[in-house]
Formats: sequence, C-alpha cells, structure tokens
Amino acid sequence: MPEALKFALYLLIMAGVTYLVRMLPLVLVKRKIENRFIKSFLYYVPYSVLSVMTVPAIFAATPSLISAVIGFAVALVLAYFERGLMTVALSGCGAVLATELILLLIK
Amino acid sequence: MELQNDNFKKGLRDGIPICLGYLSVSFAFGISAVNMGLSVLEAVLISMFNLTSAGQLAGAPIIAAFGSLWELAATQVVINLRYSLMSVSLSQKLGKNVRFFDRLWIAFCNTDEIFAVASGNKGAVGKRYMLGLSLTPYFGWALGTLLGAVAGDILPEIVASSLGVALYCMFIAIVVPPCKKSRPTLMCVLLAVALSCVFNYVPALKAIGDGFIIIICAVAASLLFALVAPVKDGMRTDLEVEQNA
Repeated sequence: MPEALKFALYLLIMAGVTYLVRMLPLVLVKRKIENRFIKSFLYYVPYSVLSVMTVPAIFAATPSLISAVIGFAVALVLAYFERGLMTVALSGCGAVLATELILLLIK
Repeated sequence: MELQNDNFKKGLRDGIPICLGYLSVSFAFGISAVNMGLSVLEAVLISMFNLTSAGQLAGAPIIAAFGSLWELAATQVVINLRYSLMSVSLSQKLGKNVRFFDRLWIAFCNTDEIFAVASGNKGAVGKRYMLGLSLTPYFGWALGTLLGAVAGDILPEIVASSLGVALYCMFIAIVVPPCKKSRPTLMCVLLAVALSCVFNYVPALKAIGDGFIIIICAVAASLLFALVAPVKDGMRTDLEVEQNA
C-alpha cells in the first residue's frame, strides 16, 4: 500500500473513533437527566479527568523535574487567582523555559 | 434553563481566548508530530480531523510508526471517553433551536475547553452561539499545528520542550477555580490525583496503560463523590469556568 494511502486509512480510523465517541451521546441523549446521582457524576467527571491527565504526567513533560515543578506551581498560583487559560498556559511555559535557561547557565 | 444564549458574536468573543490557547498548545503538538517523523501536511491533517489534544499526542506516534490499527482505535476510545461524558453533559445544555444536524457538528467541536466555556453560560446555549464559540478555536488548532510543524526544526530544543507543558497548564486553569468555590470538588480532584499517582508509580498498575488509567481513576473518584457529595438541587451541574483572558 502506498504510504499516503496508508496514512489516510490510519487518519480515518483515528478521526472516526474520536468522532463517534463524541457524537453518539450528544445525538442519543435528548431528554433532561433528572437523576441526582447521574447529574452529580457528570458534574465531577470533567474535573477528575483533567486532574488525572495532568498529574503526574506534567512532571515528565520537561527535560528536568525541577522546571516542571516550577511551571506547575506557577500555573497553580495563577489559576487560583483565576487568570485566563492563555495567561496560565503561557506563564507555565515561560516559567519552565526560564528555569531550564538558569539550569543551563549554572552547569 | 429558560434563558437561552444564542448570540454568534458573543460566541466568537468567548472563543478567542480558547483559540489563542490552542495556538500555543497545537504549536507544541506540531513540533512533537514532526519530531515523531510525520510530515507537516500529515500533522495538520491529524489536527483538522481530530481536534483532541491528548488523543492526538497519543495517536501521532502510532500513526508515525504505522503501528497496530487496533491499538490506535482503542487508545482513542479510552483517552477520548471523557468526551462521551462531556457530550452527555452538553446534551443537557443545548437550547431548543439545536436540531439533529447541529448536534452532528457541535459533537465534532466538543473539546475540553469549548465544553467548559459552553457549560459556564448561565442558561441554555443555541446553535449560533456554539458556531461562534467553535469557529476560531478550530482554525487556531489547525494553524498552530502548521506553525509548530514548520518551526519545530528552527526553534531551539529548550524552547520547544518548554511548550510541552502548555496543555497541562491549561487544564490546571480549568480545574482550580471551581475547587475554590466547592470543597467536594476539591476533594474529588485530590482523590483523582492521588489515584493517578498510585497507578503511575506502581509498575504493575502502570502496565494497564495510560488511557485506561485515566478512565479508572477519574470514574472511581467521580462515582465516589457522586455518592457521598451529590450536587444539591439548584446547584449548577455544569462547569463554572469564567473567562478572564
């Protein structure tokens, strides 16, 4: 199989699966959910999913642990003061970059 | 939910901060994708057809290596399973003018951040608001991937790797504010994080695989708190994210 065709097949599978996972519940669930337990579960899910994805993965996302810890701390503080998504993301990256540059100078 | 927000311009305005955030995150994805051996065009196509940060980061290496199609499909199901839950939640939020066809494209655009902002609205959201909200993030995601893939080779390694935390920082920005206002939310997040650490640092549990670990930990923590701290009637059952950017 030519490389481009093979890529197209992989892309199709990936996109198809990702789309179905999002589309089916949105199309199938039409009525308002009244059940308090299900409502509560749905309330907690986004926060727990995002937390699990972030910790501990963020600590392995940079060249050194210390820069990741500093980036994490900066993001936590700014998020606590309810800065916007972009401010928090770019400041976290900036803190990691600054730490890595300092480490480079010390070595 | 009598109130409905269906203003296209308001949607556009709410979407711009997400778009800017996506530019930096997809820029990081573009860099990684090219490093994994994908071409610039391939990286951009993946972004235009998937619109899922974590799923793409996990899927790109499998595509680059032409690995198992089953592994690719399973990884996407598990990592993106949270979107099913978000779609169920979003289904409760859509206004009366949202028809079947609209649900088809709204589902495609249901990312963590678009979902969070849509849910943050006081009442129901209409299709015009959702279109405005989704438009700039979609193109920002594709454009950022293109720029990252092209610039990946030019940028110094140290800068490129710093951008790898952008995605995680954005998640932190979504999770922390509601934890200030609701103690059960904070406890649920702390439990989820503790479980996640256990699964990641105990080798036998780590072998379960990243995608499955995310689902197990998040579902366990959410189930427990739905049991012990159900949300009160009248309490908002959606994300309360305020956009300050």
